[in-house]
Amino acid sequence: MPYIPHTSQEIAEMLSVIGVDSIEQLFNEIPPELRSDGLDKIPSSRSEMQVQRLLTEKSMQDGTPLCFAGGGAYEHHIPAAIWEIATRGEFYSAYTPYQAEASQGTLQVIYEFQTMIASLTGMDVSNASLYDGASGLGEAVLMSVRANRKAKSKRILMPATVSSVYRQVVETIVKHQDITLDIIDFDRTNGTIDICKLKQQSEPFVALVIPQPNYFGCMEDVHSLTDWAHEQGAMVIGLVNPVALALLEAPGNWGTQGVDIAVGEAQPLGIPLSSGGPYIGFMACKQKLVRQLPGRIVGRTVDLEGKSGFSLTLQAREQHIRRSKATSNICTNQGLMATTTTLYLAFMGRDGLQKVAASCVQNTQALIELLKTSPGISFPFGTSVFHEFVITLPADVEQVIEAMAEEDIVAGINIFQYYAQDGLENALLICVTETKSTEDMAFFADTLNKVINDLTGGAQ
Amino acid sequence: MTQLNEAVIEDKLIFEASDFTRKSSSLAPDIDVDTVAKSLPEHLLRKSDLQLPQVGELQVVRHYTSLSQKNFSIDTHFYPLGSCTMKYNPRACNTLAQLPGFAGRHPMAHSSMSQGIMSCLYDLQNMLMEATGMKQVSLTPMAGAQGEFAGVAMIRAYHDHNKDDARTEIIVPDAAHGTNPATAVMCGYKVKELSTNDQGDVDIEALKAMIGPQTAGIMLTNPSTLGVFERKIKQIADMIHEVGGLLYYDGANLNAILGKVKPGDMGFDVIHMNLHKTFSTPHGGGGPGAGPVGVSGRLQPFLPVPMVALKDGQYYWLTEDELSLSIGHLSAWMGNAGILLRAYIYALLLGREGMQRVAEFATLNANYLLQRFADAGFEIAFPERRASHEFILTLRKEAKQYGTNAMDFAKRLLDYGFHAPTTYFPLLVPECFLMEPTETEAKTDLDGFVKAMELILEEAKESPEVLKQAPYTLPVRRLDDVKAARELDLNYYQSHAE
Repeated sequence: MPYIPHTSQEIAEMLSVIGVDSIEQLFNEIPPELRSDGLDKIPSSRSEMQVQRLLTEKSMQDGTPLCFAGGGAYEHHIPAAIWEIATRGEFYSAYTPYQAEASQGTLQVIYEFQTMIASLTGMDVSNASLYDGASGLGEAVLMSVRANRKAKSKRILMPATVSSVYRQVVETIVKHQDITLDIIDFDRTNGTIDICKLKQQSEPFVALVIPQPNYFGCMEDVHSLTDWAHEQGAMVIGLVNPVALALLEAPGNWGTQGVDIAVGEAQPLGIPLSSGGPYIGFMACKQKLVRQLPGRIVGRTVDLEGKSGFSLTLQAREQHIRRSKATSNICTNQGLMATTTTLYLAFMGRDGLQKVAASCVQNTQALIELLKTSPGISFPFGTSVFHEFVITLPADVEQVIEAMAEEDIVAGINIFQYYAQDGLENALLICVTETKSTEDMAFFADTLNKVINDLTGGAQ
Repeated sequence: MTQLNEAVIEDKLIFEASDFTRKSSSLAPDIDVDTVAKSLPEHLLRKSDLQLPQVGELQVVRHYTSLSQKNFSIDTHFYPLGSCTMKYNPRACNTLAQLPGFAGRHPMAHSSMSQGIMSCLYDLQNMLMEATGMKQVSLTPMAGAQGEFAGVAMIRAYHDHNKDDARTEIIVPDAAHGTNPATAVMCGYKVKELSTNDQGDVDIEALKAMIGPQTAGIMLTNPSTLGVFERKIKQIADMIHEVGGLLYYDGANLNAILGKVKPGDMGFDVIHMNLHKTFSTPHGGGGPGAGPVGVSGRLQPFLPVPMVALKDGQYYWLTEDELSLSIGHLSAWMGNAGILLRAYIYALLLGREGMQRVAEFATLNANYLLQRFADAGFEIAFPERRASHEFILTLRKEAKQYGTNAMDFAKRLLDYGFHAPTTYFPLLVPECFLMEPTETEAKTDLDGFVKAMELILEEAKESPEVLKQAPYTLPVRRLDDVKAARELDLNYYQSHAE
């Protein structure tokens, strides 16, 4: 019996201790009319060998294409040691560290994670992680409203340069809290927040969200935006890519005061693309907001002999204590992913992360150079970007993506589907990280040219 | 000896082993950072310090390997944490979910490059529908609490769609998980707490008194968090439905009934499942989880997206384009897809026969353990009742007689090499241990656990101080939680700034 170690003699002994004749009798409190043993539509048990064969076939069916898509999920090199260590049973099969003395491994890792995230974002404190970047942004919005209970406004300024999938998730999460998400338009010439339209805001608002780099790969003028929002008496939520923070200023140092809450997706730090999850949201804030943070937090303390140790702390914010008055309904964090992220940052170190970031920037500019000579391709927002950029194509973007897929290339993301009203016809969002070689980029450019040529009948 | 130990990285924080003059990483590309940085807008560049540790590769490996050894885990210890279903996580699930085609797939890859993963998710949806008796399943919620949120949001969407806006209350039993009331509030509802009778069942009279046109729904766990099956579930379902409310099933305890009784047949309209419990995906030190939701026909239009659908032999993402009343997206893409994949692999390995054995042996182990504890003189919270997959033992007698509370027993258990059961939950039972042995534990381990508790009981009688000072054999002695909360130290660099 898979995973059940009982011998028939043991079963007999156990039943006799309980004082019943059969296992079936143990279910005698379930009303018989509700009973149903039918799992007919579930296939019969298979051996590990059979399952391995089936899953290998399925994974090969999806292949290992050359990936130039980003948009919130990024392919980076993952050092081999990371998952070897993260999947050690002691990390992989432990649970939330309720018994702190028996969980010092997990707790210290999370304390180190919190320290690294605070350092990366330039903030005072971090929590132990959230589900992913998108839901993390939702939690940041709720937190900003919570921290401003006295304010009449529950209005959030949400730039259109924030990923539209992120905006959709935020909307789902905050829908029932009377929070208004007002979309701020972007400048058509450079792909960043339209400052003029932003400054026309006359009604009060609780917080401004600032993405850096933004969804189009462009860099927002974070310092003046942060100062402007603070002058209006509002909070600032910085939505940041952790790899970019190796080179771009930390949100804790944006403008004169820095942002109030920094949030983002830590998947680029050692977590495989894996169809979108499991990923890990991170959230850090100023000290004065620490009691408003959602989710788990680990603190350093001492044991009764005065030795340093770690435990879950500030639990009075959480659902298992506060129930209906908790800061969030979040129970678990993304423990294993926090472990992975911590391992990644420890292995890469400051120098390593800077090199990864620089390599992304360099490769992105290299591909841009190649594409500049491609007939019919234009760069609506220019080319001053971090590691993603938008091009518009002289052919149907969906057809281009499909044709590139036939050449085993994930060409990028069709963002026309999200920005159809914004004149971004046939726009493609492309990402280049350190994983791409010169040959990969040349292959991409050549294939794209060929595909466009085929689709336009050589008109380009 | 102490001095020697302190020189070793294992006992330090990674930051204490860092030296910024060290250049050892072979893991990053070889590139001149300053040259590249010059190509970025000068005023946006990072001017603040980037304090990340600079440590050699072997030293990092050793540091975290050593930290891992300070953990209890399923792979190393019996872990009877009630309500958490700490069962064996088969290694095959992890190995196969990390195959390159799965691990490397970008969430926006074209559907022609995604038929493999989509077929897995589609099959998982169908298997979960069959296991729970629900009409349709959406896999996207990323944890149990998010599944709860999705479920209550669907209840709200249903009432809103019917323009039934007088329904402002959600009923939650006093024994429920804290996530239940917290979720109801996130969805804009008032929480009405429902009492439990001395047999561990819902107080039907109290329920009668609180339902009406203001009732949006009720959230129930069955078997309940008290470890007993709610026998009047059908009557409760009828009562709620009669006043126009809906029933939410918290799937935390699904392991107890898998293949025996289905939430759909009990009358539930919406359920969430904790795949990290029943379907054995890793607990990972506290996540990631996966909390798919299943619904009856009337809530089908409101399911969160995306889901996987099949048309003309091709799998595709079903989105709000087809499901216009959906409560929306809960994650950027397909939730914790890699965790869903592990659950799918587990389900294939178990098959239908294996799934039925889950509830059988989880229940056998729990009832055996209960009887052994009763025989050893411990007080069972609901002695008249059959245990489900878990049960509650109360140490109130020991607390009174010897001054040793449940936490003291819990900490002493660690010294004996057993992870403690859930303590002080549910809040209704004083000095309680909620114990869930799961089906994958062998009789000999259960016997060893009982033996340890017997020894600790002897210690409590003879020298209660031994318990109150425990643990002794772990990397740290009992920790000062009050200090942790009063003198916050959450960030090494902040707390150790020169």
